[in-house]
Amino acid sequence: MNWLAFCSIISAAIAVSFGAIGPALAEGRAVAAAMDAIARQPEAASTISRTLFVGLAMIETMAIYCLVIALLLLFANPLLK
Amino acid sequence: MMSPLASVPLFHIGPVPVTEAVVATWGIMAVLVAGAALLTRRLKLDASATQTAFELIVETVDSQIRDTMDAEPGPYRGFIGTLFVFIFVANWTTLIPGVEPPTAHLETDAALALLVFVAIIWFGVRASGIGGYLATFATPSLVMVPLNLVESVTRTFSLLVRLFGNVMSGVFVIGIVLSLAGLLVPIPLMALDLLTGAVQAYIFAILAMVFIAAGTGGTKPKERKSQ
Repeated sequence: MNWLAFCSIISAAIAVSFGAIGPALAEGRAVAAAMDAIARQPEAASTISRTLFVGLAMIETMAIYCLVIALLLLFANPLLK
Repeated sequence: MMSPLASVPLFHIGPVPVTEAVVATWGIMAVLVAGAALLTRRLKLDASATQTAFELIVETVDSQIRDTMDAEPGPYRGFIGTLFVFIFVANWTTLIPGVEPPTAHLETDAALALLVFVAIIWFGVRASGIGGYLATFATPSLVMVPLNLVESVTRTFSLLVRLFGNVMSGVFVIGIVLSLAGLLVPIPLMALDLLTGAVQAYIFAILAMVFIAAGTGGTKPKERKSQ
């Protein structure tokens, strides 16, 4: 195995593992804030949860980007051709 | 292991390769169209149980459109409803053995995101004319025009990557677990995958609504009717 493939695999793992930290913390904060809001105002639960879902999707996209970068490194790496 | 970014052609029609995802899409389209035609053939005012159940789905889509877009659902129901139902059914085709969801391939998601991109322009132009639609790019101030132009492309791209990443990673993880541990072990993951599929279909439809509403300038606060 040449060093280029080695570096690609290592950086794919780093991309996914470190890229998951930020979105995980952010999603935790978002869900905590939404639960707080629902506990205060149960009648607004449907609006809050819809906004929460959209927000979670936005946050999650960051982690998905990292996953896609990792997959590009592993399966579609232009340097390894 | 096979790359999740690659797609294998099943057969060729002339020079055009037809992949597994395309065949699955055709299957889903056929089932949805046939089902819709069959169900709407005998609509009665005094609704049967089946008709009531499906009216419930339409009502739910309508109320979501009304809540999210602050607009009458009439012009948007067809597009948003079809997007939701198609992605939902496509994500749940994992239930059929041997079928991979077409949304786990980049091409299907790219087509869906492109549809949303075109629909934003279409509904925006129809609501306020070409000039009015172009004016939405300068909404907070004229300085934001380049950012808004870039955003209209990147949000389409993020729609595509979000749906692809979620569905594909589900399929991928199940494949890996299946190759490690045999029977029964992947079943909880498959259940989680179904939940993710439903949520992603919902989110795709909601985001399409939000983007279309932003394009038509319909997100202004309306005076609420007192109940």
